[in-house]
Amino acid sequence: MNKPYAIIIGLEVHVQLLTSSKLFCGCSTAFGAAPNTQTCVVCTGTPGALPVMNRQAYLLSVKAALGLNCQIARLTKWDRKNYYYPDLPKGYQISQYDMPLSRDGHLDIPDPEQEGQVRRIRIIRAHLEEDAGKSMHDEVAGKADSRIDLNRAGTPLLEIVSQPDLRSPAEAKNYLTELKLLLNYLGVSDCNMQEGSLRVDANINLHVATPEGNVATPIVEVKNMNSFRAVERALAYEAQRQWELWQETGQRIGDVPKQTRGWEEEAQITRPQRSKEESSDYRYFPDPDLAPVTISEDAIAHVRQSLGELPADLRTRLVGQFGITPYDSDVLVSQGRPLVDYFIAAAEACRDGKAAANWVQQSVLRVLNERQMPIEQFPVPPAELGRLIDEVQSGKMETSRGREVLAEMLATGKSAAAAIDALGIVQVDEADLETLCAELLASNPKVVDDLKQGRLKAAGALIGQAKKRNPNVNATRVREICLQLVQRM
Amino acid sequence: MSLTDLSAVELLDRLDARHVTSTEVVQAFLDRIERYDRRIGAFLRVDREAALDQAAAVDRKRQAGEALGRLGGLPVAIKDLLATQGEPTTCASRMLEDFRPPYDATVIARLKAADGVILGKTNMDEFAMGGSTENSAFRLTRNPWDTTRIPGGSSGGSAAAVAAAMAPLSVASDTGGSIRAPASWCGVVGLKPTYGRVSRYGLVAFASSLDQIGPLARTVEDAALLLEVLAGHDPRDSTSVDRPVPNYTSSVGRPLERLRLGIVPELFGDGLDAEVAAAVRVAVDVYRSLGATVQEVSLPHGKYAVATYYIIAPCEASSNLARYDGVHYGYRTDAQKAAARLEAERKALEQAGDRAGLDNLDTALVRMYRQTRSEAFGPEVKRRIMLGTYALSAGYYDAYYLKAMKVRRLVREDFDRAFEQVDLIAGPVTPMPAYPIGEKVNDPLAMYLCDVYTACTNLAGIAGLSIPCGFSSRGLPIGLHLQAPAFEEERLLRGAAMYQRATAWHTRRPSLDGE
Ligand SMILES: [Zn+2]
Repeated sequence: MNKPYAIIIGLEVHVQLLTSSKLFCGCSTAFGAAPNTQTCVVCTGTPGALPVMNRQAYLLSVKAALGLNCQIARLTKWDRKNYYYPDLPKGYQISQYDMPLSRDGHLDIPDPEQEGQVRRIRIIRAHLEEDAGKSMHDEVAGKADSRIDLNRAGTPLLEIVSQPDLRSPAEAKNYLTELKLLLNYLGVSDCNMQEGSLRVDANINLHVATPEGNVATPIVEVKNMNSFRAVERALAYEAQRQWELWQETGQRIGDVPKQTRGWEEEAQITRPQRSKEESSDYRYFPDPDLAPVTISEDAIAHVRQSLGELPADLRTRLVGQFGITPYDSDVLVSQGRPLVDYFIAAAEACRDGKAAANWVQQSVLRVLNERQMPIEQFPVPPAELGRLIDEVQSGKMETSRGREVLAEMLATGKSAAAAIDALGIVQVDEADLETLCAELLASNPKVVDDLKQGRLKAAGALIGQAKKRNPNVNATRVREICLQLVQRM
Repeated sequence: MSLTDLSAVELLDRLDARHVTSTEVVQAFLDRIERYDRRIGAFLRVDREAALDQAAAVDRKRQAGEALGRLGGLPVAIKDLLATQGEPTTCASRMLEDFRPPYDATVIARLKAADGVILGKTNMDEFAMGGSTENSAFRLTRNPWDTTRIPGGSSGGSAAAVAAAMAPLSVASDTGGSIRAPASWCGVVGLKPTYGRVSRYGLVAFASSLDQIGPLARTVEDAALLLEVLAGHDPRDSTSVDRPVPNYTSSVGRPLERLRLGIVPELFGDGLDAEVAAAVRVAVDVYRSLGATVQEVSLPHGKYAVATYYIIAPCEASSNLARYDGVHYGYRTDAQKAAARLEAERKALEQAGDRAGLDNLDTALVRMYRQTRSEAFGPEVKRRIMLGTYALSAGYYDAYYLKAMKVRRLVREDFDRAFEQVDLIAGPVTPMPAYPIGEKVNDPLAMYLCDVYTACTNLAGIAGLSIPCGFSSRGLPIGLHLQAPAFEEERLLRGAAMYQRATAWHTRRPSLDGE
C-alpha cells in the first residue's frame, strides 16, 4: 500500500561499554549493587578530584566504531556538556562535541520489505561519554522525595548517531537488532535494555508528496522507549500522528521549534515533554582536566585485527560452508557467537550441517529457553550431539527416538553411546522387522482390509503395535514393509 | 634571635642537628599566630593539637633514628582550597563552610610523607577569585607591613602568614598571579611552577587550565625546598607531566653563568607606579653587576593578557563551580522556606491571572539551585560565573572563548620566541605597591588590571617567581617578577637566588609590635 509520504527516521543509540571500571575513575561498573556503593571522589564530583581516562574504554569504542565501518580520528578530545540535573554531580557531563573519536560509517541491515536484501544505514558518528547517575522519585504519603544513586555515574557510554536513513519503524527495529548483534559479537556491550545498557532516542518526521514537491514536516525527538518493540510502536504511532497533524495544520519543518515527546508505554502514545526539559544551551567547551587522545595508524590496525568475524560475514560463511539456508544461518548467528561455535562443532562432528542446524534450533535452543541457560552451560558437548545426530542420520533410530536419547544425555550427563545403550536402542535387523510386520498383519485383518481399500491411515495402528513389541523399530520402515506385504497379498 | 626569625632551611639544619625539636619549632610559630593573627587574619583555622601531635611524631621518628622526609618536621601553612582529609576545606566560601573532603590532595599527601607539619589553613579570596583577599566570606586579611592595606590575593593569607613569620612556608595556588602578587605585596618569595609540574589533584578548581600549586617562603632556598616536595608526576592528574624533578635545593646556590636577562619595554609603560618601575630597573642593574647581559625582548600579545585571562578563567570557573548546586555537598538553602516562598509566588501569579508568569515560574528543583547559589556565593564569584556562562553561550562562544584561546596560543608563542634570546625575563609583578583595604572593592576592573604582568605566565603555562626587590617611600614591599620557560624552575630559582645573595631586601621584617 503506497502512502503519500515517506517516514524519515534517525536513531541516537547509547550503549554502555563492557568495561570493568568507569570511564574516568577506577570504580566498578557492575550492575545491581546497593546504591552509591560504587562511587569515589571522582565520579561523585567531589571538589578537587580529577578525571583520568580509561584507555580500555576508548579502545573498546574504537573497536565498535571500526565494526560500524567508521573513520577513526587520530586525535580526539573531551568536552564538557554543561547542564544542571541532580544525578549529574559535576554539573557537566564529559562528552565529545566537535571532534568525536569516529565518524562516517555504516551498518547493513536486513530489508524488512525484501527478504534477503540489505539496506545500508549510514552512521554519522560514534563518540564516547560518561553516563549520569539515576534519580529515583519516592512519593510516600504526599511527601515528594528524590533519591540519587551514583553507581552508574561515570560509566562509559558509546553514542552512535545514524543518518536519517531509516524509512519505517520496522527498519528502525532491524537497525537496532543488527546493531545489538554487532556490539555483542565485538564484546563491546551486552546491550541489555532492561538494565539500561542500551538506550534509544529517535528523530522522526515525514516527507509528504505534494503537487509542489516533497515537503518535510517538523522533526520530533521521541524518548523513553524501553524495548525494541516500544521503538517500533512509538515510531508507528508518531508517523501516524504527524500525518494527521500535517493534514490538519500543514506545518512544515522550521515552522515550529523541534519538539521532544516521550513514549508512554501504558497508553501507547507519545506525549510532549515539558518545554523546559528541551532546548538547552549546553555551553560545550574542551575539558581542561583531560588531555586530547591520540591513536596511531598501527594501533588502529591492531584493533581492526581484533574485530574477529562479524555477523554479516559469519552468516554468509555458514551458508557456504555447511549448506544451510540463509534463514537458518540468520537464526543461528542471531543467537550470538558462542551458539554459532556450538553449531559448528556439532556440524563438524556429524558432517551434516543441515541436520546439525535442525537439532540446534529445535532441540538445543528449546532447552536453553526452557532452562534460561546460556549455551556455555549446556550440558551436552557439541561433539556428543554430533555423534547422536550421526546415529539418527544413519538410520539407527528415528529423530523422535534421538530426542529421547538427548533427554537422557541431558538428564544423566551420559555420552551419546551410553545414553543409546541405556535406552536399549539397537538397530532392528531387516529380517526380524519383516517377520514382525507379517505377524502384525496376520493378527489385524481389519487393518489389512482398510489398507487394501487404500485407507493408508490405518497403518498407524500397526506402527503403534510394532513399537509396543519393540521400541527400536523404525516407524517409517514398519509402514513401508507392511504396505509392501499387503500389496503382495 | 627567636626560632620564627629563621628561614626554613636554617630551621631544618637545627632540627637535623637536634638543636631544636619539631615540637619547639611548631610551638614557636603557633605562639606567634596566637599573638599576631588576631590582627593580621592570615589563618582561617589553626589546629594546634593536630600540629603538635604531628610535630611530636616527627620528633619521635628523629629520636629513633628513622629516616625523615625532606621537611623533617617543618611547619607549613596551607591555602584553604587544598583538600585535607576530614578537615574543613572551605575555599573561603559559605558554599563549602562545612565541607570536609574525604581525601587528601596529592600535595597534602606529599607534605605529610615529607614530614611537614600542617599548621592550619590560610585565608584567600573566595574560590581564589580576587586579588586582595577581600572576597573571603569569613575574614579580612591585613598586610603585615601596613595593616590598613590589602595583602594581595587570592593567596593573601598564605603570603601574610609567611611575611609575619607565622609560618616559614606556605602552599598556595596561582591562576593569574595569586601566589606572586601577594608575595610581592607582602615582601616574600612566591613561585608559580610550570603548568603540569605540580599535581592539581585535590586543588579545588577555579580555572583548571591555569591553576597551579606553588610555594611561598621568605627565601629562594626555602621555596626551592618546598617545591622539591610538591613537584612530580601524579597519575591522578592527567595534566601533570611525567618529568624528573631536579634537586632544586642542591643547585639553587649555583649562580647562572652568562645569564641573558630579558626585559620587556612595553611593560614599563602607562599604569606602572614610578617607585615600582624604579625598583625593578635597579634590580636589573644588580643583575648587570652580577655579569648578566640585559636584552630587550617583545611580548606583542602581552597587552591582551588580562582580557584573555578574564574570558578563559571565568569560562572554566562557570563550569567548575556548577557542582555547587546544593545537591551533593556544601551549602543548601532551607528547602522548606524556599518551597513556601515558591508557593506564595504561585498563588500571587494565579490570583493575578498571570499565565506567562506561571509558565516561567521555577520548578522546586530550579528554585533550590537558584536560592542555594544566590545565598552561598559572594558577589565576585557570581560575577565570574555570569561572565563565563555568557562567554560560553551559543552565539558568543566563537567571539569570546575561541578567540581567547587563539590569543592564548599567540601569548605562548611570544614567550617561545623571547626565550630563544634570553634565559629569564624580568619585570614588575604588580603595577603598584599594596593598596588600601576597600580601595578597589567597587571597581572590579581596576582589580583585574592588577593581573596585567602575571596573567601571561599562566596563559603561557610557564614558570614565574616574585622576589622582594625594594620598598616604596611608604615602606611597602615591591617585588621583582622573573619568568622562565616551561620546566625551567631550576633556572628560575638559581637566577632568583643569585639576586637574593646580592641584596638584603628579603631580610627585612615588618614590625608587628609597633602599633
Ligand atoms: Zn568513581
